[in-house]
Amino acid sequence: MNRLPDEYILPIADIFQNIVNWLVDEWRPVFQTLRWPIAQVLDAVSDLMNSLPFWLVILFFLIVGWRTAGIRNGVFCGVSFVLIAFMGLWDEAMDSLSILITAVTFCVVVGVPIGILAGRSNKFWAVLRPVLDVMQTTPSFVYLVPVVMLFGIGTVPGVIATIVFSMPPVIRLTNLGLRQVPAEAIEAGESFGATEWQALINIRLPLALPSIMTGVNQTLLMAMVMSVIISMIGAEGLGLSVLRGIGALDVGQAGIGGLAIVLLAISLDRITQGLGEKSKQAHHELKPRSLLGRFRAARTGASDSPASMQ
Amino acid sequence: MLAVSEVSLKVREGEIFTIMGLSGSGKSTLVRCLNRLIEPTNGSILLDGEDICLKSSQELRDIRRTKIAMVFQNFALLPHKSILENVEFGLKLRGEVKESRREKAGMALERVGLSNWSDRYPDNLSGGMKQRVGLARALANDPDILLMDEPFSALDPLIRADLQAELIKLQCDIKKTIIFITHDFHEAVKLSDQVAVMRDGKFVQMGTPEEIILHPGNEYVENFSREMDRSKVITAKDVAQTGATPLYADMAADSVLKRMKKTGKQFAILVDSDKKPLGYIFRGDLENSTELEMKVGADFQRQDEEVISVSSSTIVGNLYFQLSQQLPLAISDDKGHVVGTMDANDVMTHLSQAGQYTNIRNSAHAFSTDGQISGESHLTINCFDKVVSS
Ligand SMILES: Nc1ncnc2c1ncn2[C@@H]1O[C@H](COP(=O)(O)OP(=O)(O)OP(=O)(O)O)[C@@H](O)[C@H]1O
Ligand SMILES: [Mg+2]
Repeated sequence: MNRLPDEYILPIADIFQNIVNWLVDEWRPVFQTLRWPIAQVLDAVSDLMNSLPFWLVILFFLIVGWRTAGIRNGVFCGVSFVLIAFMGLWDEAMDSLSILITAVTFCVVVGVPIGILAGRSNKFWAVLRPVLDVMQTTPSFVYLVPVVMLFGIGTVPGVIATIVFSMPPVIRLTNLGLRQVPAEAIEAGESFGATEWQALINIRLPLALPSIMTGVNQTLLMAMVMSVIISMIGAEGLGLSVLRGIGALDVGQAGIGGLAIVLLAISLDRITQGLGEKSKQAHHELKPRSLLGRFRAARTGASDSPASMQ
Repeated sequence: MLAVSEVSLKVREGEIFTIMGLSGSGKSTLVRCLNRLIEPTNGSILLDGEDICLKSSQELRDIRRTKIAMVFQNFALLPHKSILENVEFGLKLRGEVKESRREKAGMALERVGLSNWSDRYPDNLSGGMKQRVGLARALANDPDILLMDEPFSALDPLIRADLQAELIKLQCDIKKTIIFITHDFHEAVKLSDQVAVMRDGKFVQMGTPEEIILHPGNEYVENFSREMDRSKVITAKDVAQTGATPLYADMAADSVLKRMKKTGKQFAILVDSDKKPLGYIFRGDLENSTELEMKVGADFQRQDEEVISVSSSTIVGNLYFQLSQQLPLAISDDKGHVVGTMDANDVMTHLSQAGQYTNIRNSAHAFSTDGQISGESHLTINCFDKVVSS
């Protein structure tokens, strides 16, 4: 006898089945409500992405990459999108991009407030932390099971799975950023009579911003991973073309799909990292001056440019 | 462990109260208690008769926004805001409109000489400049009470002197009440109306700067004032106690001579019965004379020398020229009565009297441990403790 006799095995699978059945039957309106805003945003984003001419999107990423992460990264982003276009994967790439934008948006909108609560309350963090630990150690496939059962298959359930899977980093790093705000900065606010809300807006969040941006970057990379995996539940995008390529033993199609994913991932990583760096450096440099401001200064002859005072 | 304990003090409106003490003696903790950045464990802090410790958080916020502003030892500037935004921060928190707070912040920056830096960020500034920004931030708020935790310690001597003068001017013009922390005794003497010396969380001595210098309570206090040039605080009145008393013109010449021999003085000042100065007596004149039973005034008073008379509140350090004339000076009160005399020798004797500790004198009007609060005091802190776990 090298395993437990069958009569002792508990009907756990049945219990799960019953719970899910009950959830699906009784909680249907709730899941539909949850699904609704995500579907709306996804539709809007993907309509936009698909209606834009491809050269405009390429130009957009070239410029955004340049402004956030420097000219080299800007060129890299531009070239990546050009390559994707030439590989004939433009529509799939735009689908993937829509999924990513939607998922990351929801992660930020939901995750940052949760992270703020966690950063301000030790009790809440004590409860939340083990949950995040479990979420981050759970293999990505496992997320698909409850999502399919509760939301069905397709792109929207895929986005939901992506949101849930990639939320933890932004929560963690928002929490961390808030906890690392120097005590003296907080004290300065307090001594001038800042309310909790004023301190949050004027001191805590701006000083936590670099950390929050790192969280957004990590969330984006996790969403990237998940956006490939959700092709298994029928979500559209580059993942699906890889999956099809593998299914048809078409190495070429799977290969270009994979390459497009990598190019997209690196481009988005560079851009979000650049944003993070920018938020860190903002206060080390001169306040950037608007074109209008410069023009006014030149016209009035005011030599109030700090650079001229050195 | 008590970081601050049994500290009581009263500060009147418009006064500068200085706290001195070695590192770790609890100075910062004490001033942080005054605006409840640190919650005192017990005791009371009365501002215009009302206990700050009993205020609700809303009331406390209003007090911090309008009445008490703090200059931090570690600057505590906000790194993500430009210098101008830092300075207007307090005004922004209390909801002032942009134009008015820009204007006030600009004026405050001008006061500390940093107008040209308003678009920079704290990271671009030196320590001394940051300290001035911290000062400007507090000034921009225009509070009744300024809590200044070593505000000038990172400044070079020139700017420091400028800002000290600015502070004195500020305090004269608009009567700020200032709690000031410093390690520099010269600064304390220059600025303060009252000085308290702290050690291990307690006040060792409290009084006017002169009292602290002239009558240090113990060695700890004296160490602070040791390098101080005593002649800058000693007044003619202080020396009058050491110097010879003036002589009346109607005294007999021989008793005058006896007196002068006893004190070892070569010259004496004669006064009339109304204590008005008349002239000088030279000891040599008396010794060469044989008619010593006469009144000293009639025969021996020198006619060629006018008596130099100085007010009793004159700082001795300003009298070196007059003292160099060899002749003693008459020290007179407001009404012109001579209360004493002094010569260079007396001053030397007085200046060398360091190292004698008097019993700690806590002038009753300034220091109370009994919790009595008089109507005139502006800020009163009573016997309060701050427990710090260690
Ligand atoms: N947060 C804290 N927790 C525990 N102990 C503290 C804390 N802050 C200060 N202390 C202790 O309180 C005492 C007084 O500190 P405080 O900062 O008031 O000294 P200080 O007189 O301002 O010194 P310095 O001249 O160096 O600024 C010190 O012994 C310090 O160890
Ligand atoms: Mg200190």
